[in-house]
Amino acid sequence: QKVSVEVLDHLEHLALVDFRDLEGVERLQKAIQFADQLHEVNTDGVEPMDSVLEDRCLYLREDDVTEGNCTKQLLENAREKVEEYFVAPPGNIPLPKLEEREAFLQGS
Amino acid sequence: FAARGCGVFGRRARQCGAGRPGPSPGPFPRRQRAVACNARGGAVPAGKSGLAPWIPVVGLEIHAQISSNSKLFSGSQVQFAAPPNSLVSFFDASLPGTLPVLNRRCVEAAVMTGLALNCSINKKSLFDRKHYFYADLPAGYQITQQRVPIAVNGSLSYSLCIDNKMSQMVTKTVRIKQIQLEQDSGKSLHDDTRCQTLVDLNRAGVGLMEVVMEPDMCCGEEAAAAVRELQLILQTLGSSQAVMAEGQLRVDANVSVHHPGEPYGVRTEVKNINSIRFLAKAVDYEIQRQIEELENGGTILNETRAFDSKLGCTVPMRDKEGKQDYRFMPEPNLPPLILYDAKSLPANMNHQQVINIDWIHERLPDLPSVKREKLVEQYGILPEHSFTLLNEDGLAEFFESVVKQTQMKPKRVIGWILNDMLSYLKQHSITVKESPVSSFLLADLLNLLEKKEISSTAAKQVLAELWKGEGKTPLDIVKEQKLELLQDQKELEQICQAVIDGHENE
Repeated sequence: QKVSVEVLDHLEHLALVDFRDLEGVERLQKAIQFADQLHEVNTDGVEPMDSVLEDRCLYLREDDVTEGNCTKQLLENAREKVEEYFVAPPGNIPLPKLEEREAFLQGS
Repeated sequence: FAARGCGVFGRRARQCGAGRPGPSPGPFPRRQRAVACNARGGAVPAGKSGLAPWIPVVGLEIHAQISSNSKLFSGSQVQFAAPPNSLVSFFDASLPGTLPVLNRRCVEAAVMTGLALNCSINKKSLFDRKHYFYADLPAGYQITQQRVPIAVNGSLSYSLCIDNKMSQMVTKTVRIKQIQLEQDSGKSLHDDTRCQTLVDLNRAGVGLMEVVMEPDMCCGEEAAAAVRELQLILQTLGSSQAVMAEGQLRVDANVSVHHPGEPYGVRTEVKNINSIRFLAKAVDYEIQRQIEELENGGTILNETRAFDSKLGCTVPMRDKEGKQDYRFMPEPNLPPLILYDAKSLPANMNHQQVINIDWIHERLPDLPSVKREKLVEQYGILPEHSFTLLNEDGLAEFFESVVKQTQMKPKRVIGWILNDMLSYLKQHSITVKESPVSSFLLADLLNLLEKKEISSTAAKQVLAELWKGEGKTPLDIVKEQKLELLQDQKELEQICQAVIDGHENE
């Protein structure tokens, strides 16, 4: 079962990954096949485990102020800043639409 | 796989050159509130003559900022209006290698709120990640409780006046679907001139309680009353200061309309509502807009709209990109949150690590509804009176203080509080705390009235003078303006005789 172009496009938008070329797409297909082996296990009546921490105690912290006040350090990472604000583009920049990219995926 | 630069999904800000989102035909002509809810004797809004009536359906999602010293998962401070990015820890900035550590106080706040809203508290709740891209969400996901929240299935009762007369109050209930703990995002300041967004992460990571109300309401007034009651409850509990103007209480409304007997209509989400008054307006506008759209043969899109308070209308906010896919997944860094009660209390655990639901329940303060009943019982005032007393911050305490200091009966005092004092407060737009007339001064004045040393009219005159806040006592003013009631029979006879004599000619 092949992964459709629509699904690939959707994944690229959601996760900002770039499948780039046919080889990348094939690698994805193989990864899905590998994970599909999980379906061979009978899990009837078994509660899904969603965290290996499920038996651990969730540590509760006291409500004290112990961090912060490191504006300068944080801004060192910023490529652009304006008066202690981080600078970002005006909004999310859209990825090219599917029509513009279909050729690219199939081309390689 | 290579990762790209900027994201695409997520909340769209205004884009450079794209202009304001969504064309709008402008605000619909303002009508008299044609939306009459079922409370008012069963009337349901009628469309154009001959058409079937419409039933509006309103549900609310409310985000209340938790009142705590530090953030939900980090130790940076929670404070309004601090220098940008000064209250940000490495975790809040999503620097690699940092992990969330849950704040006990935030959990207690959520439990208190759940109990006050008659919810079942889930002894085991889970944290999840909700993914979307936006500059003020540095991690690219928000930690929330999507699968199993901390509290479910509660209710909130609120009161409404019928016909704006304050003489008849009706109680309604809205079901609470759930309460969940989640992180707040940072703040984006849009600089359209330079085509950029400035990001301040001070708010990023602050604890929020999301309260989800079922669509049990049918108009703006009900929505506003429900939110107002929730606000009072949160403030009484102290779990949130719930000041809408400071963004501590944010409300999104889900609105749809349908004909009786038919399935629910398509709903729109209305955001950017900054006050309780605007909430009522936004909801009522949206109901009208949908009714008119449908009656004109149009359809309602499942979209998000923003309320424009200046124009008094809602405008489309987000692009129709299809439904957002948040890719919910369990938060791998946090084990389940386990809460205990008296029965399940573990014997050998450090009690700082244990949250006991029953212990919190026992220590809940009197909720507004209980306070109101007590006022009615204790002082013999009407339910409408106690409703107004609690609706104004500090007024109930003021009233009780005056009653303690005067011989006048509470039933008479209440008139002076609700008619005279309250209207002065409203006129000058000040709070009870800022009142130039203290409870002591008012009690003093009412005592003069009670002892029949002045008339009712004179007392109102004195009160007007006291409001100037010039430091005079009621007695000073009475003497100054010669407002004492004459008690001497002879003196009264003399005055009457003089008046009659003066008009002998007529």
